[in-house]
Amino acid sequence: MNDKQKNVSEEMNDVEMIIGKILRIGVIISAVVMGIGLILLFVTQTTGYPANTFPDTFRSIFTGTIALKPYAIMMFGVFLLILTPILRVVVSIYSFWVEGDKLYVIITTIVLVILAISFVFGIVTR
Amino acid sequence: MIHFAFIMVLIGLFAGIAGAILGIGGGMIITPILTLVMGVDIKYAIGASIIAVIATSSGSTIAYLKDQVLNLRVAMFLEIATTVGALAGALLTGILNPKFLYFLFGALLLFSAYNSIRKLRSKQEVLHRADPDRLAEKFNLDSSYYDKATKQTVDYQVENIPGGLSVMFGAGIASGLLGIGSGAFKVIAMDTVMKMPLKASTSTSNLMMGVTAAASATVYYFNGSIKPHIAVPLALGILVGATIGSRIMQRMTAKTIRIIFIPILFYIGIEMFMKGLR
Repeated sequence: MNDKQKNVSEEMNDVEMIIGKILRIGVIISAVVMGIGLILLFVTQTTGYPANTFPDTFRSIFTGTIALKPYAIMMFGVFLLILTPILRVVVSIYSFWVEGDKLYVIITTIVLVILAISFVFGIVTR
Repeated sequence: MIHFAFIMVLIGLFAGIAGAILGIGGGMIITPILTLVMGVDIKYAIGASIIAVIATSSGSTIAYLKDQVLNLRVAMFLEIATTVGALAGALLTGILNPKFLYFLFGALLLFSAYNSIRKLRSKQEVLHRADPDRLAEKFNLDSSYYDKATKQTVDYQVENIPGGLSVMFGAGIASGLLGIGSGAFKVIAMDTVMKMPLKASTSTSNLMMGVTAAASATVYYFNGSIKPHIAVPLALGILVGATIGSRIMQRMTAKTIRIIFIPILFYIGIEMFMKGLR
């Protein structure tokens, strides 16, 4: 292993550690929220909504979560779960930047921009 | 309600373990189980399987990052091709005939199943070349990982970057157009095309497929395809399963993983082929 490779693998370790930690916190939070919603569903025996309906807009999930409606809390947890991979990309950009790896700051930023485009595209074409 | 949720957690547990080991989201397996066995409407089954992909990815990536099995640079580098492909796939909906794609991807899967059998016979897992690949060197893609099964640090090189990018682009189109996670294609791009070791390939695929799925997941989330009482217990089971799976995988030999992977490739390949015929 030459010096350049060694350097790369050492700084890689730090990056992966930071991303791993933040990702773990994100996943745990989403799991806890989903778990609370599920337990609340079992305990209260009501979804908080009329039969066969569930909240699927930002507003209804937000207000429902504050009102402690089980389905709204569960949907909120799912939304947090969807955010975890995006969080992974954002934290990767930051860690590459801390290391001074400009090439990968650019590459990872491109990934994030494309993600943002498809996110907007998804909402617009619905 | 509790009974149904319990079964979902169990399915998730199993899917999470298998998905984390093989680097696949399991949409092609979870969707038929939900529709055929559990009687779930196809719309909600697809919505749940997209969430399943993300849960598998996020659950397993924690351990793979910590133990440095996956290759973050390869993941982000190839993710450009996958996300652009996913966007193109979404734009091509209604223009490109999905039947043609099912044929093409079915054939690709069957080819790599065959290729995997050949690799299994040759007993050569890691590529060491005399002269390094120019692109791989330029983008710092060569790396190493510690294999807990053989108790060795494995240094590896990757090759054929354009080929890997092309398959990743195709995998992206497949996920955008057909609504599948396409983890199997990601593994193929790295393992078969770029000659990355299998363990590095499946763990890197795990990280990537969550990012790809997140892009399309928001669409499903806001069009009412995600039913909380299906998706939530499934996701919770998967998170636990994927955490377990990512630990088991590191202690398995690459050969064992490949032996499990081959029938899955055949299964998904044939299933896609059949869909193309219909």
